[in-house]
Amino acid sequence: MKFGVATSSAAEALFSNPMRSLLTMLGIIIGVASVMVMMSIGEGAKAQIEAQISSIGSNVLTLQPGNMNRGGRNHGGGSGRPFAEADVTAMGELPFVQGVTGILSQQANAVSEEANWVSNIQGANASFFEVNNWRVAEGREFTTQEVQGGAAVAVLGKTSAANLFPDGRAIGQRIRVNSVPMEVIGILESKGQSGGGGMGMDRDDTIVAPLGMVRNRITGGNRQVSRHVSRIQMLVQDGYDVLEAQEETTALMRERRRIQPGEQDNFAVVNFADMIKQRAAAAETMSMLLAFTAAVSLIVGGVGVMNIMLVSVTERTREIGLRMAIGARGGDILLQFLFEAIALCTLGGLIGMGMGWIGVFAYAQIANAPMMVSPVIIATALGAAASVGLIFGFFPARRAAQLDPIQALRHD
Amino acid sequence: MTDKPIISCRDLSKIYTMGEQEVRALDGVDLDIAEGEFVAIMGPSGSGKSSLMNLIGALDRPTKGEMWINGKALSEMSRDDLADLRNETLGFVFQQFNLLARQDAFQNVRLPLRYARKDAGDIDARAKECLELVGLGSRMDHRPMQLSGGQQQRVAIARALANRPRILLADEPTGALDTKTTAEIMHLMQDLNRQGITVVLITHETEVAAYASRQIHFRDGRIESDSAHPDLKRPSGG
Ligand SMILES: Nc1ncnc2c1ncn2[C@@H]1O[C@H](COP(=O)(O)OP(=O)(O)OP(=O)(O)O)[C@@H](O)[C@H]1O
Ligand SMILES: [Mg+2]
Repeated sequence: MKFGVATSSAAEALFSNPMRSLLTMLGIIIGVASVMVMMSIGEGAKAQIEAQISSIGSNVLTLQPGNMNRGGRNHGGGSGRPFAEADVTAMGELPFVQGVTGILSQQANAVSEEANWVSNIQGANASFFEVNNWRVAEGREFTTQEVQGGAAVAVLGKTSAANLFPDGRAIGQRIRVNSVPMEVIGILESKGQSGGGGMGMDRDDTIVAPLGMVRNRITGGNRQVSRHVSRIQMLVQDGYDVLEAQEETTALMRERRRIQPGEQDNFAVVNFADMIKQRAAAAETMSMLLAFTAAVSLIVGGVGVMNIMLVSVTERTREIGLRMAIGARGGDILLQFLFEAIALCTLGGLIGMGMGWIGVFAYAQIANAPMMVSPVIIATALGAAASVGLIFGFFPARRAAQLDPIQALRHD
Repeated sequence: MTDKPIISCRDLSKIYTMGEQEVRALDGVDLDIAEGEFVAIMGPSGSGKSSLMNLIGALDRPTKGEMWINGKALSEMSRDDLADLRNETLGFVFQQFNLLARQDAFQNVRLPLRYARKDAGDIDARAKECLELVGLGSRMDHRPMQLSGGQQQRVAIARALANRPRILLADEPTGALDTKTTAEIMHLMQDLNRQGITVVLITHETEVAAYASRQIHFRDGRIESDSAHPDLKRPSGG
């Protein structure tokens, strides 16, 4: 088959009636634009989720008071009975636990010599930093001795540090948290936004301090539970099955709380990485739905292309007859019309990509999300458009190729 | 003239059925045309001239009978074989020129060269050469709309000649032209014939037929008379 003559004839037909070509391409343009927007949104969400998982760690279990059910949402919200430090110690004795920390947190007003800042104060054990894989960028972590001794020291998150000490140089300075003076000994590396979706809070807006000191001097004790903590975080050893760890943790906690078989847990063991993965799966479903919509508009566009190609074949029957009379084979004619359909769709695809790009850019601006236009997305969008041309152009092209030369020549 | 016919028809029939009605456009035609002949086919409207031409041109298939071009039976050829035959061996000139309106003269003449399976050599040079041959070397970039009828027909002839065909088929090539232009086109045809191309031409005009070396008259799908065989009496009517 002769490619040169087929392509040039196709291109010529395309530009001889630009308005019609453009209208025909409309479905393809919309389809490709939506393929692009939805793919880049999906990919952006995926990247964000992956970043969150790696920032939290997929082998951290969190014990929370209150029940947990229905799609992984915490309906107890921490309203249940808090845990005790004895629980923290018991959990730490589970064989698979590499590190454990109790956490007691509250909003508190922090004051430095320069500024005033409301932040989230977290009382924690010394393992807090290891469990959360959250290291100091400056200064040092507090030690087990400091926790046991109730030392008035604090490690600041990046945001808190920046707000309390706009000039920098926070290490060694004094702050007061709800009037309790503490010495700043470290500044944590940045963790950024956490959770996404509903949780979107700034993890760096925090002050971490020894657990007992925070309870005694800031939050105060609990009437039912002595030496209480509001949650427990455990780091599961590498290579140990997290699900199994979750089950064993649940079993131990039920035992400690004397929950009878058949009775519901009044606490929850959560793996946040799993929750994020579930959310990722939901996002994937959403993105599939969008993909389906895009596919439908591509198909509608394809039918439009097929329709116009059939009209074009009919209009140009005499031309086809003439080409056959001077020696074009059926295959040459097939190729010519197939190229025309593919060119039509690919051009529509390019325009659609331009519009999709604008859409992605706008979305990135509005949603403050990273702009994700990978080569894969571009290839997929263009490939989809060209395939539509190939599939929906084939029938009209074959009809043209099968025309009888003399009947085509006599056509008027 | 060589003995072996370049075009040969035996018992060639073309019957069109339209509902109940049967039209015998060609009714058992036997015909041999030798290489290098210049044949004019004449006859009243509806006598089957174009039907014969379309069969010879491998554009159509007969209802009955057999034909040979260059010794090869067309009934044994595939669609692609027939396309190649039209491309390499045959050149067509139509009454309505049939040029591609969106392409200029040069591009129109290049078209058969671009469809050629054999190596057509330097396509642009050949197209230019053909246009110069028909006296349109200076009008190569003109579109059909920008050319006169006679010029358009010259472009069509140049296109027919592009692949150096051995047979030139022309169905009323001067039907849409005035007397002066007709004479010019016919001189061109005569020149081509002298260069060895077999020419078969349909016409209604005796002045045009006079350029040919052989005249064949058709009536009701049969040969009524053939100047190459004046003694041969053929039955006419049915
Ligand atoms: N496609 C067709 N379908 C039905 N009948 C046809 C068809 N083509 C030709 N005919 C009939 O066959 C007969 C011969 O037609 P043809 O075109 O060969 O005549 P012609 O000699 O070329 O006439 P003209 O001088 O008018 O061009 C006519 O009666 C015509 O009506
Ligand atoms: Mg005719």
